[in-house]
Amino acid sequence: MSLAHEFTYERPKTVDEVLLLKRQFGSKAFILAGGTDLIVNIKEGMLTPDLLIDIKEVAELKKLSLNGEMLFIGASISFDELIDRSEVQSYFPMLHDACKTVASHGVRTRATVIGNICSAVPSLDSAPALLCHDAIVHCASFDAKRDIPIREWFLAPRKTALQDIEIVTGISIPKVPESAGIYVKLGRYGGEDLAQAGWGIMLSRDLQYRIAHCALGPVPKRAAKIEALLDGNELSDSLIAEAIKLIPEEISPITDIRSSKEYRTHVSGVMLKRGLYAARDRLHGKKVDAAKLLGGIA
Amino acid sequence: MKELILKVNNELRSVYVESNEILLDVLREKLGIKSPKCGCERGDCGACTVLLDGKAVRSCLVLAVEAEGHSITTVEGISAEKLSALQESFIQFNSFQCGYCAPGIILAVTELLEKHPKPSLEEIKESIAGNLCRCTGYTPIFDAIMDLTKGDK
Repeated sequence: MSLAHEFTYERPKTVDEVLLLKRQFGSKAFILAGGTDLIVNIKEGMLTPDLLIDIKEVAELKKLSLNGEMLFIGASISFDELIDRSEVQSYFPMLHDACKTVASHGVRTRATVIGNICSAVPSLDSAPALLCHDAIVHCASFDAKRDIPIREWFLAPRKTALQDIEIVTGISIPKVPESAGIYVKLGRYGGEDLAQAGWGIMLSRDLQYRIAHCALGPVPKRAAKIEALLDGNELSDSLIAEAIKLIPEEISPITDIRSSKEYRTHVSGVMLKRGLYAARDRLHGKKVDAAKLLGGIA
Repeated sequence: MKELILKVNNELRSVYVESNEILLDVLREKLGIKSPKCGCERGDCGACTVLLDGKAVRSCLVLAVEAEGHSITTVEGISAEKLSALQESFIQFNSFQCGYCAPGIILAVTELLEKHPKPSLEEIKESIAGNLCRCTGYTPIFDAIMDLTKGDK
């Protein structure tokens, strides 16, 4: 038994070899890291690559490091590897929450953060954290390197700023000093499910807010109007009520198999309110389990 | 066709595969290892779980060629000499009915117990959140693991 589509498989050891192959094959070559999206897409006939480039033996792409103020995640780092790192939980709690909600353990041992942003489905769980931290996506082609701010990365569902001859080598995520964040995900049941709605909420001691959402529009994005309303203000029920009124201006949800757009809009208010108070609790050193915030079903 | 040397259950096996062959199919059809099952074929159900270098993966989403140089463990490897204590506990608690999900759950929990010998119920639930069982409602599965890992047993 084999897949209906035939392709060549290469497992290079250096980034240069990967980039050379990518230059030769362009859009007919796909990068294989975890394969948890790619193999499904090939099985379903959505992708018909001539070549798969397995990057799991490229040492440079296996880097995971925290240097001072910056977390660097290489292209072949799995969600599981991130969940296990205590620095990620301490300094990037929103990202840590998000990693834990991706599919299930047996998928997270293979699936990568970089694969998540390259697949670029609207519900991708890692996006709100990357947006709130203003992450930088590092791309390379055989002839050039470039850095793309995460806010300019997502162009449309399944479409990113990456070009055919480029690969993503990693992502840099700056710490946000004196801050705490949380990722609130609503799924239909505990365990693996795609998000019906996802909100990343961060606040700092000087009352600056960073808020982003996923699964509520064609691409994940920051909620700039809500941030502007909240910035500089202490949280209160009345302030949050004002923020909730802005939600319809910030999101453009659709009705699909997972929920209706009306439900997504309504539940976003609940998520924003609980998420804001939970982020404040975390800022004050209180332990909050993000998975329990919506009654323990997400 | 390419000759691949795969380390399966601590044994080196030679097998000829194409690049587009899936590990699950190669294990079952070419190497005669039948414990991993084909369920959803898209990573959702966990029936095809094997351990790759000790970690649970979905063998329906891994190419056979990707597994070269890595160690694969299936239920056949875990119970080569005798059933593991975990398997005995599952029998004692009548944890499975049809048994289709059993190999995946046995491997997922085997990995969990390597890392956390005394897991909480939450940790147990998380470890098999991606292993679907449609017979039991999971309760006898949790009970068997909790009983095995409690106290000094």
